[in-house]
Amino acid sequence: MTEQATPASPLEADIETIGALMDKEPSKPPRSQWRDVWDQFRKHKGAVFGGGFLLFITFAVVFGPYIWDVDPKALDIRNKNWRPVYTLLWESGANAGWAHPFGTDQLGRDILAQMISGGRVSMAVGWLAMGLALVIGTAVGVIAGYFKWLDFWLMRFTDLVLSLPILPLVLLAVTLFRQPLNSRFGPEGGMFILIVSVIGLTSWMQTARIVRGDILALKEREFILAARSIGTTSGKIIRRHLLPNVISPIMVSATLGLATAIITESALSFLGVGFPSDYPTWGKLLADAVPRMQDFPERVLLPGIAISLTVLGVNYLGDGLRDALDPRIRGR
Amino acid sequence: MLTFTIRRLLLSIPTLLLISLVIFGLLQLAPGDPMAQVPLTVPPEVKQKMREALGLGQAWYVQYYKWLVQFFWIEPKVFVDYLTNSSTLLGWLPDTSLYNGELRVISWQTRSPVMDIVAQRMPQTLWVVGLSYIVGIVIAIPIGIYSAYRHYSVFDQAGTFITMVGFSIPPFFTGPLLIVIFSVYLGWLPSIYDTTHVVNDWASFKVQFFQMIMPVMVLALQTTAQISRYMRGAMLDNLNQDYVRTARAKGLKEGVVVMVHVLRNSMIPVVTVIALGMPAIFGGAIITENVFKVNGIGQLLLTALFANDLPMVMTLTFIFAILIVLFNLIADVLYGLLDPRIRYD
Repeated sequence: MTEQATPASPLEADIETIGALMDKEPSKPPRSQWRDVWDQFRKHKGAVFGGGFLLFITFAVVFGPYIWDVDPKALDIRNKNWRPVYTLLWESGANAGWAHPFGTDQLGRDILAQMISGGRVSMAVGWLAMGLALVIGTAVGVIAGYFKWLDFWLMRFTDLVLSLPILPLVLLAVTLFRQPLNSRFGPEGGMFILIVSVIGLTSWMQTARIVRGDILALKEREFILAARSIGTTSGKIIRRHLLPNVISPIMVSATLGLATAIITESALSFLGVGFPSDYPTWGKLLADAVPRMQDFPERVLLPGIAISLTVLGVNYLGDGLRDALDPRIRGR
Repeated sequence: MLTFTIRRLLLSIPTLLLISLVIFGLLQLAPGDPMAQVPLTVPPEVKQKMREALGLGQAWYVQYYKWLVQFFWIEPKVFVDYLTNSSTLLGWLPDTSLYNGELRVISWQTRSPVMDIVAQRMPQTLWVVGLSYIVGIVIAIPIGIYSAYRHYSVFDQAGTFITMVGFSIPPFFTGPLLIVIFSVYLGWLPSIYDTTHVVNDWASFKVQFFQMIMPVMVLALQTTAQISRYMRGAMLDNLNQDYVRTARAKGLKEGVVVMVHVLRNSMIPVVTVIALGMPAIFGGAIITENVFKVNGIGQLLLTALFANDLPMVMTLTFIFAILIVLFNLIADVLYGLLDPRIRYD
């Protein structure tokens, strides 16, 4: 304080200080952080499209069955192997029509209805597995970052899991544990639980590492010291002060997790260890269509495009979120 | 650096042991009986004998210990024998004959040593995976350099979009898609990879070349997408640094500034990413091998899984784990070697 330059005349200095303190223009209304984030997010066109597409797909698979209320499992063997309606554009005699816009499969099941119900399963697996991975990853990351004596062992454990061969192990777990879970929860429920937990248990490591790094840096900041000095318990510090501050890396890794979960589920179904054929997901529809793709390429294309566009949308959303949530980029 | 490498090598031994224990534990926990397919008319005491013949009679730790001995002690002996006996590389050395008839890891499907089958299948996987990785890198690096150099240009925008698409489309979709386009409609390329094909003249080389295009490109697309993103990011980080301005100010040609000064610094993170991505590409090969019917180790793993061939599954999964640990180590060592700012000691 004493090092400050003392002005020659106290009176003059006072006037200048007051002048400097006066606001020349009316202050802007304060803006919340999330509004800034939203404004930055809107600038990233790909992210807006990606987020919009993700919302669209989610709504389509949630409310689709009420609008297109054809039973995806109903066999209609007389009307089998319909082509999608757009084949009429270049082939007027084609076996197609508005009764089945995407055509029917070799047993006469409506492909649009199958796509919707398959999307339901794919998206549900994606969201739940992502949620599970986030919960585990955040918990491990926060605990490792906050409690020093656990840090070493938890991070060695994370390193160990990171060096496991994930796809072979997932294949292994799904093939080996299919039978007992199926007998307990039914073929569909058992498979669902198995796939969600296997994907969730094998994809939490990146989240844990990122969260731990952020927590380690945040823990040394003054506001945590202040919170601790007024007697806040560790649990409260984590919940009230640390978790809200690591929400942005968690959100970014959530988008990545959703994309990987959807792809892994489809890959498992494609390799024939996923859901049974009468409970199709996008990956299973694609895999079932591959043997006859010369005659009916649309049956490969439709689920493939659905998977790819969803994953593309999620990836773009993640890109945009990363930019929007990073305060260093947000100003630009 | 040498001490660091040695320390990492020593540390990777317990890691690998733990991983093998995890895989073994998973296989032990798994229900499913290798005797399930045996007819019910076989009396139980015969079944018990068959079980013991498969090595299932003992406690799990005995089985695990035996597997460890077989994998880490007996198989290397067989390998050394092979090297000194019949390989062209070291065949001039005197025959060691270390192996004298101990029990090796035996596949339940074929009743032959697992490692022999792996050695048969490995070349196919290595050809497809290795070539696709090289192709992917060769495509990715120029794209990354150019889109970073012309930041926000049309090329950059298009490149970023295409890499994002390549990143998002799973190989089990690009594979069938390419087959539909190039094998079914255009008829240019074969849809199945024929591993029995022998290359001995130009015509057969052409056949081999054509049948490799699709599997290699499907895998390379993933690599390209990932590596060009990293390359672009690393170049962008370096292009704004002070040393670049200095280099330009002292009158160096633009090509020298970008291709020598910036590129060399940007390659440091990219090289480690390349090393780290290697095991993942082996994992991706499981799917690609399945699409194009390449009988490599990925396809071997799948058939072994479906046939409940536990020794084969265990060994193959562990080989994947070794690859991951090895390439992580290589990435760490490379990072230290390439970047003098990083000192591990």
